[in-house]
Amino acid sequence: MDLVVNILIGIVIAATPLVFAAIGELVVEKAGVLNLGVEGMMIMGAVAGFATRIETGSPWLALVAAMAAGAIMAALFGLLTLTLLSNQVASGLALTLFGLGLAALLGQAYSGMSAPAFPRLSIPGLSTLPVIGPLLFGHDLLVYLSVALVAGVVWFLGRTRAGLILRAVGENHDAAHQLGYPVVLIRYLALMFGGAAAGLGGAYLSLVQSPIWVEKMTAGRGWIALALVVFAAWRPWRALAGAYLFGGITILQLHSQAFGLKIEAQYMNMLPYLATILVLVVISSDRRRLQSNAPASLGKPFYAAS
Amino acid sequence: MLGSITRRGLAGLALAAGLAVSAGAADAGPTKVAFVYVGPIGDHGYSYQHHMSAEAVRQAFGDKVEVTEVENVSEGPDAERVITQLAQAGNDIVFTTSFGFMNPTVKAAQRFPNVKFEHATGFKRAPNLGIYNIRFYEGRYVVGLIAGRMTKTNTIGYIASFPIPEVVMGINATYLAAKKVNPDIKFKVIWVNTWFDPGKEADAAKALIDQGCDVVMQHTDSPAPIKVAAERGVWVVGQASDMAHFGPESVLTSIVDDWSPHVVASVKAVMDGTWQAGDVWGGLKDGLVGIPPINLKVPEDIRKMAEQAIEDIKSGKLHPFTGPIRKQDGSDWLAEGQTAPDGDLLGMNFYVEGMEGELPK
Repeated sequence: MDLVVNILIGIVIAATPLVFAAIGELVVEKAGVLNLGVEGMMIMGAVAGFATRIETGSPWLALVAAMAAGAIMAALFGLLTLTLLSNQVASGLALTLFGLGLAALLGQAYSGMSAPAFPRLSIPGLSTLPVIGPLLFGHDLLVYLSVALVAGVVWFLGRTRAGLILRAVGENHDAAHQLGYPVVLIRYLALMFGGAAAGLGGAYLSLVQSPIWVEKMTAGRGWIALALVVFAAWRPWRALAGAYLFGGITILQLHSQAFGLKIEAQYMNMLPYLATILVLVVISSDRRRLQSNAPASLGKPFYAAS
Repeated sequence: MLGSITRRGLAGLALAAGLAVSAGAADAGPTKVAFVYVGPIGDHGYSYQHHMSAEAVRQAFGDKVEVTEVENVSEGPDAERVITQLAQAGNDIVFTTSFGFMNPTVKAAQRFPNVKFEHATGFKRAPNLGIYNIRFYEGRYVVGLIAGRMTKTNTIGYIASFPIPEVVMGINATYLAAKKVNPDIKFKVIWVNTWFDPGKEADAAKALIDQGCDVVMQHTDSPAPIKVAAERGVWVVGQASDMAHFGPESVLTSIVDDWSPHVVASVKAVMDGTWQAGDVWGGLKDGLVGIPPINLKVPEDIRKMAEQAIEDIKSGKLHPFTGPIRKQDGSDWLAEGQTAPDGDLLGMNFYVEGMEGELPK
């Protein structure tokens, strides 16, 4: 039983950075912007969070720093693509490369250091319950924040006027503009939310999952998050489910290897990616449904003059 | 530190911009030495140790050498581009330091017969391409002895990267040693199919610990598993560099790669004009493998046993692969008293008898 609980906890830990990064990117794409720089924003969050944790000792300031670092990177992307109207795909790729390099530079002094453990939820009476305690009430606080964030995004996009406006901007920015909504400002805000969330995802890696700072430690998770957004057909709860599915397969394949199951390790390592591709294919086969979900203005440049 | 960062940064920039430095300036000026790393120097593991060998060259020869280092070079077309550029830039000797750089290095060696190359951990050679490697398995054997005695659950977890001979050899050496001191020993191996993914390495360490391993070791490059083991309170072995500071309470010891003695000697030979493409495979005796002081929490008799094994390996009295050893499928490999020929080790593609699980192809 302990093993099952530990496996489930492992899945939560593997999934949480993806939840943060994916839900952030989902909002960005809902606003009609394609930011491929998730990896770069995550790694900046990872280094900023780690450095702040070491320097100040405060886990909360570390989170603020991680969010700020991600948001600043996102704002930079906004400056390039929204204000200067450069190509979003190229700028996003550049943001990733830039982030990886800059984080490596900033992190020089911190590599090889150790951060203290991150605070966990502890509710007297509940957290110590067998099985349910560690599974529901014993995680680090960021896990709860990630789920709350998804719920918040669901509520914001579906139930608030501001969310409706954001979606309108993503669907048809010209119409939104003519209705008098500040398209560029809204997209900046969405981008910075996405950056902050990606920063949190990165900080989860360097503060909770590993927990160390080393260069390139995001190791492609930003790209997985991007795939998850499409995988989820731009629906927040599905993005959460996708992240947990991905984390689940990753952890289960590690455990099945340790159990000595006779499946070639290479296939096991492929599984999470294979599953993502498969779902993408299945989703994409229903073209109409995909189009009804995908923001119509996604990735298109917006000229305020028109 | 800052000085070296800037130098490295500039060198990288020059390469990225494709600036051609005039070739053939080698005779007059300082000897130009280049290093190519697969990971970041900041990995505190494998690439870091290669970087330390570059530092040793700087220390030894000062302004008589000009050292260029390129880190984070992926094994593939990128490697070929970088190695070619370094050769074109007039370097006298280029050290390519990852197994996956083998074919690009061979190609570059053919194209630039006047440049000397040294490739670490590979097996292909040419008149201007030497190879150098470390008998990591000697270190693995020693930690296997310690781990076999220290485990309470009789289960040792091993995070492996790719099923190449280098890695398989390490698993077998560790297993044989642990089995020798603890006949009930069991190994759980997880192949993560990467040299460097701290998150995944950490997850693998957690999975192994969850499944009852109380000693974890790795053949991957980041210190993440050390942190996990330290947090969970199980024993762990540092990889490539001395990782004790990541978990002073938990690190039994580390297997340290020290490439410097060979690299410095090679550069010296280039300067003296005596360099020849060699085939160096050194171990504890040559100072290429180091075992830092064993954790004082380990009982003294176990530490003594390990230290004795180190001495015996150095003196040649003990070879980690000494028969009788059978392969996993039960077929004979080494007869009683026979030691493994180097060729067998360098091509090792099988588990030894007693190992559970299947070796990925």
